Amino acid sequence: MEKKEEKNYIISTIVENKPGVLYRASNMFRKRAFNIDSISVGPTERKDLARMTITINGDEPIVEQLVKQLGKLIDVIKISVLNPQNTVIRELALIKLHVADAKARSDIINFVNIFRGRIVDVSIGSMMVEITGTPDKIDAFLTLATTFGIKEIARTGITALVRG
Amino acid sequence: MVKMSGSHALIEALYKEKVDVIFGLPGGAIMPVYDVLRDSKIRHILVRHEQSAAHMAEGYARASGKVGVCMATSGPGATNLVTGIANAYMDSSPIIAITGQVPRAMIGKDAFQETDIIGITTPITKYNFQPRHASEIPETVKMAFQIASTGRPGPVVIDLPKDVQTEVADMDFPEKIEIRGYKPNISPHPLQIEKATELLTKAERPFILAGGGVIISNASQNLQAISELLLAPVATTFMGKGSFPENHPLSLGVIGMHGTLEANKSILEADVLLAVGTRFSDRSTGKIDEFCPDAKIIQIDIDPSEVGKNRAIDVPIVGDVGKTLIELHNSLSKRLEKKESSLWSKRIQQIKDELRDKVKINQEKDLVPQKVLKELREMLPIDAIVTTEVGQNQMWASLYFKVYKPRTFISSGGLGTMGFGFPAAIGVKVARPDVPVFDIAGDGSFTMTANSLATSVSENIPVTVVILNNSMLGMVAQWQRLFYNRRYSAVELGECPDFVKLAEAFGAQGFRVDSIDEFKKAVKQALESHVTTVIDVPIPPEENVFPMIPAGKGLREIIY
Repeated sequence: MEKKEEKNYIISTIVENKPGVLYRASNMFRKRAFNIDSISVGPTERKDLARMTITINGDEPIVEQLVKQLGKLIDVIKISVLNPQNTVIRELALIKLHVADAKARSDIINFVNIFRGRIVDVSIGSMMVEITGTPDKIDAFLTLATTFGIKEIARTGITALVRG
Repeated sequence: MVKMSGSHALIEALYKEKVDVIFGLPGGAIMPVYDVLRDSKIRHILVRHEQSAAHMAEGYARASGKVGVCMATSGPGATNLVTGIANAYMDSSPIIAITGQVPRAMIGKDAFQETDIIGITTPITKYNFQPRHASEIPETVKMAFQIASTGRPGPVVIDLPKDVQTEVADMDFPEKIEIRGYKPNISPHPLQIEKATELLTKAERPFILAGGGVIISNASQNLQAISELLLAPVATTFMGKGSFPENHPLSLGVIGMHGTLEANKSILEADVLLAVGTRFSDRSTGKIDEFCPDAKIIQIDIDPSEVGKNRAIDVPIVGDVGKTLIELHNSLSKRLEKKESSLWSKRIQQIKDELRDKVKINQEKDLVPQKVLKELREMLPIDAIVTTEVGQNQMWASLYFKVYKPRTFISSGGLGTMGFGFPAAIGVKVARPDVPVFDIAGDGSFTMTANSLATSVSENIPVTVVILNNSMLGMVAQWQRLFYNRRYSAVELGECPDFVKLAEAFGAQGFRVDSIDEFKKAVKQALESHVTTVIDVPIPPEENVFPMIPAGKGLREIIY
C-alpha cells in the first residue's frame, strides 16, 4: 500500500454511559497499536449516553480502520469523523507558572488577557492560568509561557461538536 | 415476573436458550450455580482442567452451529479458560464462558481466588458482562447469546459475583432484546453486488478463496453454485477447509504456508479474486505485497473491519456470506450461461495434473504421516468429524486428509493452540454422537490436554486419538532444521510417555502400531468398539511437512 498523507482527525462517538466503556475503547487502541493523541469522555444531554472524543494523527486507511474497530465495540452507538471546517473544537488547559518578580506577574496577566484566559489561583512565586480554545491556541500560549517557566500543565484533550 | 435466585435465573435463562450441555469444573465462587445445575435438565460434563472445557465448548459449537457453554470458578478457574476463549475469538466461534467471581463487596480487595477476568478477557472476547444485580441475569444471558451467535460469532464471558448468584429478585425473561450498539449488517449493498457481477462476468481467470466464514454461514452450497457457474477454481484457507468438497474438479485444496502446490501456484494467475469469509491472514497469503498484486479483489465479509484490513480491496461487500452469495449468484446467472469447461478450467486441470505428485512422499517406509492419513480418510465415513492438534500433525492433516463436507474438519487456526484437538473432539462427539470423531494428534500436543481422557472415559464420550508420534515437537524441529542450521533446541521429547499405558491408566484402550496393516486394524477396532481409543503411530522423527512457504515470503517462494 502506498504511503498516504497524514492528517489530524477528530472522531466523535456516542457511547453507553456505564463503567468500563473507556477501558474497552482504550484497550482496543492498545491492542491494535493505534497511537491516539487524546481521548476525552463526558456526559451528554441524555443520562444513559456519554460522548467520547478521540483525536489521532494518521493517514486515511488508519483512521478508517480505527472507525471500523470502534464500530465493533458493542458499547459504541454512533461514530462521526468530524470535519474541522464546521466543527467547534475546544480544549482546556491549566498551567502553573513560575512568577519571578512583579514584572513577570504583570506580563503574565497581560498575556492571559490577550488569550482571553483566566487567572484561577495566585500564590507567592506562582500563578495558575486557565486557557480554553483550540489546541493551536493553547500551544501558542505555552510557547510564551516557557519564557516565565512552566511548573506544571494539565490539558483535557479535545472535545468537539458539529455546528448548526 | 417470577421471584428466584440469580443461580436459578441463570439456569432457567440457559434452558430457554436451548442449552443442553455445559462443560465445566466447579469451585468456591460458582457453587450456588452448581447447586441449581444438579437438579436441572442440562447435562454437565466434568473436565479435569478448565482449558479443556473451553475447547470442548468450541468443538461442540463448531460441529453443531449452536452456542457452546463452559463454566468455571473465579481466579484460576477463570484464568485457565483464557486460552480456550482466545482460541474461540481468533476462530470466530460462538461460545459462552460463565465464571464465578468473589462477592461484590470483595471485588477489588484481592480476595481469595479473585481475578479481574473482565479486564483479562476484554481483548479476547466479543463482549463480557458482570451483572451487579441478580435481576440483570435473564437479560444478560439473552444478550450474551445474541452477541455470541450473530454477525461474526465469538466468545462472550459472563462473570457472576457469588452474592449475585444467591440474591433473590423478581425476574423478567425477555423473549427478544434490542442492543442499540450492536446491529450486524446482514444484507449486502445492491450496488456492490452489481460491481462484483461486472468484474466477475468480464474475468478471464476468476478464482475463489473461501475462508471459515463460508462454514460459519452454512454457505457451502451457494459457494459451489457460484464456482460452477463461473468455472472458477476454489482454494480454501485452512479455516475454510471443508467449505468446498476437496474431491470436486474445481477444488485446489488449502492455500498458504502449508497449502497445496496447486492452490499456491494457480492463485497467482487469477485476474479476479473472489475472497469469501476470509481475513487474509498472513498464514494464508504469505507476504501480502506479493499476494495477487495484479488481480482485482472482491471481498465478502460480515465484519466491516476485516474488509481492507490486510489488503486493499477493489469491491468490498459487507454482509452475511450466505445471503451475499445467493444474491451474487442471482445477479451472475442473469448474465452468464453455465458451461462445461473454459480455457481457464482447462488450465486449472493442467496445473493440477502437473503438480499432483510433485511433493515426494517417503517410499521406503509405510508408517509415514501422509500414507497414514490417506488410509484414515479411506476408512472413515464421509461425515466422520476430524479435529487436529497444532503443528506438523495439523498441516499433514490439512494436506493429506481430504474433507468433503463443512463442519467435519475442526482445528485451531488463528491461535494455533496445542492441546485443542482432543478436548474439541470430545465436544464434537457430544454434539454429534451419531458420527465417529477422530483427533489427529502429535505426541507433543496430545500430552498437553491428555488428562481429558478422564472426561472421555468417565462421561462415556468415545473418541479416537491418532498420534503421529515423532518423539519431537515436530514443527519447531522442522524450523530448526530448515532455518537454524539443524540446531535442535528443546524439541526432543523422547519416547515419553508410553501412550498405551497412559490410555489404559484412564480406562481407555490403547494401541501401538508398527505397520499400516496394524494401523488399519486399530482404526477398525476403534470404529467398532465405541470406547475411547488412543492409537500411537510411530513416524520417522525428521519427516518434514512440505510444501512450505517460509514465514514472511511470498507464495512464489514455495519449497517442496
